[in-house]
Amino acid sequence: MEVLSLLIPVSLCLGAVGLFGFFWTMRSKQYEDPDGDAARILRTDYDDHPAD
Amino acid sequence: MSTAEYPGVAACPACVATPIAIRRAAKDATEGSRELHLSLPTIHCAACIQTVERGLLAREEIEDARVNLTRKRATVRVPATTSDEDVVAFIASLGYEATPLDSATLSVGEADRSARDLAMRLGVAGFSMMNVMLLSVAVWSGATDATRDLFHWLSALIALPTIVFSARPFYTSAWRALKVAHLNMDVPITLAILLAAGMSLFETISHGDHAYFDAALSLTFFLLAGRYLDQKMRSVARSAATELAAMEAPTALRIGENGAETVSLKAVSVGDLLLVQPGGRVPVDGEVVGGASELDRAFLTGETDPVAVSVGTEVKAGEVNLTGALQIRATAVGENTLLHALADLVSMAEQAKSKYNSLADRAARIYAPLVHILAFAAFVFWLWMTGGDVRHAMNIAVAVLIITCPCALGLAVPAVSTVASGRLFKAGLLVKHATALERLAEIDEVVFDKTGTLTKGTPQLITKLDPQVHAIASALAQGSGHPRSKAIVAAGRDLDLPSVTVTDITEQPGMGVQGLLDGRAVRLGRAEWIGVEGESTTILDIDGQIFALQFEDALRDGAAELIAGLKAMGMPVTLLSGDTTAAVSKLADELLITDWQAGVLPQDKAEVLREKAAQGKRVLMVGDGLNDVGALALAHVSIAPASALEATRVAADMVLVSGNLSRIIDGIRTAKSARSRILENFAVAAVYNMIAVPIAFMGFATPLAAAIAMSSSSIIVSVNALRTK
Repeated sequence: MEVLSLLIPVSLCLGAVGLFGFFWTMRSKQYEDPDGDAARILRTDYDDHPAD
Repeated sequence: MSTAEYPGVAACPACVATPIAIRRAAKDATEGSRELHLSLPTIHCAACIQTVERGLLAREEIEDARVNLTRKRATVRVPATTSDEDVVAFIASLGYEATPLDSATLSVGEADRSARDLAMRLGVAGFSMMNVMLLSVAVWSGATDATRDLFHWLSALIALPTIVFSARPFYTSAWRALKVAHLNMDVPITLAILLAAGMSLFETISHGDHAYFDAALSLTFFLLAGRYLDQKMRSVARSAATELAAMEAPTALRIGENGAETVSLKAVSVGDLLLVQPGGRVPVDGEVVGGASELDRAFLTGETDPVAVSVGTEVKAGEVNLTGALQIRATAVGENTLLHALADLVSMAEQAKSKYNSLADRAARIYAPLVHILAFAAFVFWLWMTGGDVRHAMNIAVAVLIITCPCALGLAVPAVSTVASGRLFKAGLLVKHATALERLAEIDEVVFDKTGTLTKGTPQLITKLDPQVHAIASALAQGSGHPRSKAIVAAGRDLDLPSVTVTDITEQPGMGVQGLLDGRAVRLGRAEWIGVEGESTTILDIDGQIFALQFEDALRDGAAELIAGLKAMGMPVTLLSGDTTAAVSKLADELLITDWQAGVLPQDKAEVLREKAAQGKRVLMVGDGLNDVGALALAHVSIAPASALEATRVAADMVLVSGNLSRIIDGIRTAKSARSRILENFAVAAVYNMIAVPIAFMGFATPLAAAIAMSSSSIIVSVNALRTK
């Protein structure tokens, strides 16, 4: 059962990484234009000035 | 998609990016730029974004351009000197329709912030729920003693901060209800979450074997999901409605010392001289002091035929100037205009509508007290059974509270409404009011306005003319912006007309057009101007030869299907119009409407609706004019086409964005389907409670059972919502 003392913190840390990733996407307004982002990824040229 | 729109990948991204970045930086340094918002209704793909953005950025004066495909909008940064029209014209040359939006009307900061706030709480609740669920699996699979305590403590560590943060919308809403001694759905929710968390914490401290941290979190998560869907759906409708409003910023052309200048409507005061250009709308009530023209009063009265005005005539805000420029002196502005009087009517009706009890309200009214009574009964019962074991009784009461908590109920309505509103939005029907969908499902009668609603509000030439004569009429009408002139030209376009040359064409505002054909005078215009009899006909006079031209209002697309569809549904249809008897009866015959009234005044329309309501009828009113505002506000539910004035759209519960009227049938069908899905979801929730509550009451509900029951009922409800057609 000693392995728990390692596994639990590791799993919580991984979860926290996901949570902070979510915070970051919210803060940087990545949900403003989902349709546009889905379309833009198909472009062959470089999106040289993404939305601020 | 053509390959031309996809140039190959540049050798290095920076090669492209750097010069542009430098150019942008240089431009940012220049002062006095402004942001311009444009609506681009026709963009739909990656190539569209690219064409518009690249095209705009290639222009020297445009500093920045960004397309938002979700909102079908573009934000363009231009120098203050560049006019909106230039940018719109340029985008039109790229092949896309663009309409400038008023930035002030568009500011949606408040709604945006609350949506982001809810999403954040939902994300945190989701994260915590998943982690605590995983930790709980260990407990459910039989962890004991120290291991169990460890997992309980870890769960508490994650759950407690989350409950404080994520469930806050429920606390505030419950507190607001309790302050006015009222029970809403959020009271049992708050109680369940707080009691479950508190009880679990107590159990954890005293090494107990049942902790409900996961249940408290999944409750928060599911209910927040419902709330988020609700908010999302409303913000979509609201942003589309503000966009419609932002397209027509209220401005007026004021004649000052330095000529005419565009000013905000708020800046206009009584006595100001205003200029109304042909094609423009009269901004305030006033009196004509210069010029002559014809006005289209269809929005105000429902009359199809234009009215001639000259110096001394009174004009009302909302009328459309057709031919000549008019100078008017403002006699009433702001609150004193007819338009504003109508707005008061609307706010009165809004109050009546907010009293409407939605299905969710009615369910909550039965549900909320029941939950409290059951939980309290469980507590008292077990206290008596165990002879005063408060801890055991409390545990069971919490289990009852969690099990009965309206997880499925909280999701049942928002999930269905979101799916249904999304369907309707795609079909071109904007649901503005929260309970409009439910009310639409209940209608048993439909009342229509004529001009601008069933008809397009633009005339169509019905007189068949000799090609030679039609050619002369077309040539004369060519240069005029009058709707009837446009109709003559449009009718001639499909015919193979001989070419004629009419010279020296001049337009007499408010009267007609005249010119010379091989030296002979030809005139096209009002009967009294030509000097012959004929009330509302347009006369063509070719050197003494008189031709009378008759016009009629063209039907909107889908009008016939709509009426036929409503008849098939067994719904009585009534037509109320302010237009002349002849025009209304002709249209009624064409559409097979038997119940119609012509020459109806605005207050009579409202009176008809009031009578129908008094008879217990639930009426759907469809109208676009200012004369319909009262009726729209009084109807059980109302729809206005997007072409209506802002004041009318505000009064209506739904806006028909699509040009096709038959979409209203789809709307009614979807609303009915949504209503039955909501009722089914309530039934699912009721059955689930009937099974789960006795189990919990008897004390057999473990945290595992609670978790399974809660998740499965929520999933059933959500899946059922997707069946909405």
